[in-house]
Amino acid sequence: MDRIKAAILGPGNIGSDLMYKILRSRRLKMEMMAGIIDSPGIQRAKAMGIRTTTEGIGPILDDPEIRIVFDSTGAKPHLVHAPLLEKAGKIAVDLTPASVGPYLVPAVNLNELADAPNVNMVTCGGQATVPIVHAINRVAGVVYAEIVAAISSKSAGPGTRQNIDEFTQTTARALCVVGGARKGKAIIVLNPAEPPPLMTDTVYAEVEHPDERAIRASVEEMVATVQHYVPGYRLRVPPTVEDHKVAVIVEVEGAGDFLPKYSGNLDIMTSAAAAAGEALAERMLAESRRCRL
Amino acid sequence: MSNYIRLVDTTLRDGSHAVSHQFSAEQIAAIANGLDRAGVAFIEASHGDGLGGSSINYGRARLTDEEILRAAAKVIDKAALTVLLLPGIGTQEDLRMAVDCGARAVRVATHVTEADIAEQHIGLGKKMGMTTFGFLMLAHMSSPEAIVGQAKLFESYGADVIYIADSAGAMLPSDVKARIEAVVDGVSVPVGFHAHASLGLGIANALTAAEAGAEYLDGTCRGLGGGAGNAQTEVMVAVLQKAGFQTGIDFYTIMDVAEDIVEPVMHRPQVIRNASLIQGYAGVYSSFLLHAYRAAEKYGLNPRDILVELGRRKMVGGQEDMILDVAFELAQTKEVAKNEDDHPNACDRCTKV
Repeated sequence: MDRIKAAILGPGNIGSDLMYKILRSRRLKMEMMAGIIDSPGIQRAKAMGIRTTTEGIGPILDDPEIRIVFDSTGAKPHLVHAPLLEKAGKIAVDLTPASVGPYLVPAVNLNELADAPNVNMVTCGGQATVPIVHAINRVAGVVYAEIVAAISSKSAGPGTRQNIDEFTQTTARALCVVGGARKGKAIIVLNPAEPPPLMTDTVYAEVEHPDERAIRASVEEMVATVQHYVPGYRLRVPPTVEDHKVAVIVEVEGAGDFLPKYSGNLDIMTSAAAAAGEALAERMLAESRRCRL
Repeated sequence: MSNYIRLVDTTLRDGSHAVSHQFSAEQIAAIANGLDRAGVAFIEASHGDGLGGSSINYGRARLTDEEILRAAAKVIDKAALTVLLLPGIGTQEDLRMAVDCGARAVRVATHVTEADIAEQHIGLGKKMGMTTFGFLMLAHMSSPEAIVGQAKLFESYGADVIYIADSAGAMLPSDVKARIEAVVDGVSVPVGFHAHASLGLGIANALTAAEAGAEYLDGTCRGLGGGAGNAQTEVMVAVLQKAGFQTGIDFYTIMDVAEDIVEPVMHRPQVIRNASLIQGYAGVYSSFLLHAYRAAEKYGLNPRDILVELGRRKMVGGQEDMILDVAFELAQTKEVAKNEDDHPNACDRCTKV
């Protein structure tokens, strides 16, 4: 079967984990891993027979066959990369907090964003909770959504730690923009317990129509949808309704591809990015089939 | 060793937990004014979980952060109006708002192992000219050596004071002594201590901290606070005075503030009940208490069982949502056990059919 060539910019933890997911894809071909130094991530990719470069984005731009580029560098580098990629006609799947393109949560708005040249993967907490808010909103009307994301200290990298406000603000925005809540609030807690706990996400919602059965069915359906691309995504506490207030708790166990299983927060980002890339590739392949006919 | 102790009164912040964040503007003004008249150096006023804490998870406050701060600021003359900020809950935007409302000091609080999430907030506090405290919560969970490492991070970000918080009231005086001495030795800025009364050691621990070199201590009038409450400010003033420390606080005035202004607004006497005793024993964050009572009632459980399980899971400050998680799980387990009791042979019958 034909596959679309993809590259990863940024061979750190996220980029490496994503590489394993793309290697399993039936639609994407892991064509290049790009970094700026000969890092362990570059060496790992090289050892697996993948083309690598330490010259940054240049070699990606020079290869017209690379159509999808996953950027897991950082917000500042992505602001430089984004216009270059767009000019070169490549689709950017942005895993940084740069938010150049619209927020993409595969279980919710994949189809709406199929034509965007750049999509942003929000935050781990956003990927875990926006689908639930959306599921509640479509049957109950969410006036206010509030989420608490708890992640193990070990899985919180320096980027998250040095700019923790970015997490809460971006996630809160996505609860509204993608989840459909009229107002949103996000909280993040780091827990250093050993062994590291799985990521848990609590979603609270104040709704217009507190029909517990409808909410429960909608949330369960959504959990199954997310499980298609994040197998370790599970309902811990099913929706409970009190007055107009709904509470749901989910957990995310990582696939353990490159990062340990407790890093569900990172896994849900790479899984969502891979799912987005996969869908974009699918569409490109369908278009090229139509052209040949 | 200095014998001058600066007191931070947090009746209007930690005490907010005990009134489910329902202080009115009039109550805030009366208490803040009284504390200021008594000579308290720092008056902390915020939602119990700090700026941005008003939420479903921690409880909605009656007033916005801005209303709380403005109510206090307009009656404070000498003291520094102080706010609490937990990175992950409150943001730098909230801190800018607090300064606009007249806050002059900020306590940036993290779990005892997570100081590095506070760099930006401490930096911003300093930049805006605030007295900036780095506040390490649930300090019973870390060794003195590990705490020193975290305290040094705070110091490197520019913190003016480093606080060790016994947020669960789980420490014995020997635990306090070891931690305060280590941090006093390890950093060049003053060190403070925040006590809780879960094991009946609030005042004893505060005194131990002072004797070990702490120069700042937290208290609340009548001990009003999360869990079993805090070290009682007016008692602390008396004890410190007898032990030869100066606080700059007028003893009679602070006693009157506690009895005449704070006591009438309390929802219940601040005593050590079984559930809050368990918090000290199992090392559970003080502000979980009232949430645990509510979950216990909803699911027909003993709050003690919920709190013990939270302690076993090593939940940290801010994880109030896990009270629901634990209560749900305990209720499920109880349900299964009950069914087995009612139908001891249910499984046998099922397999036969």
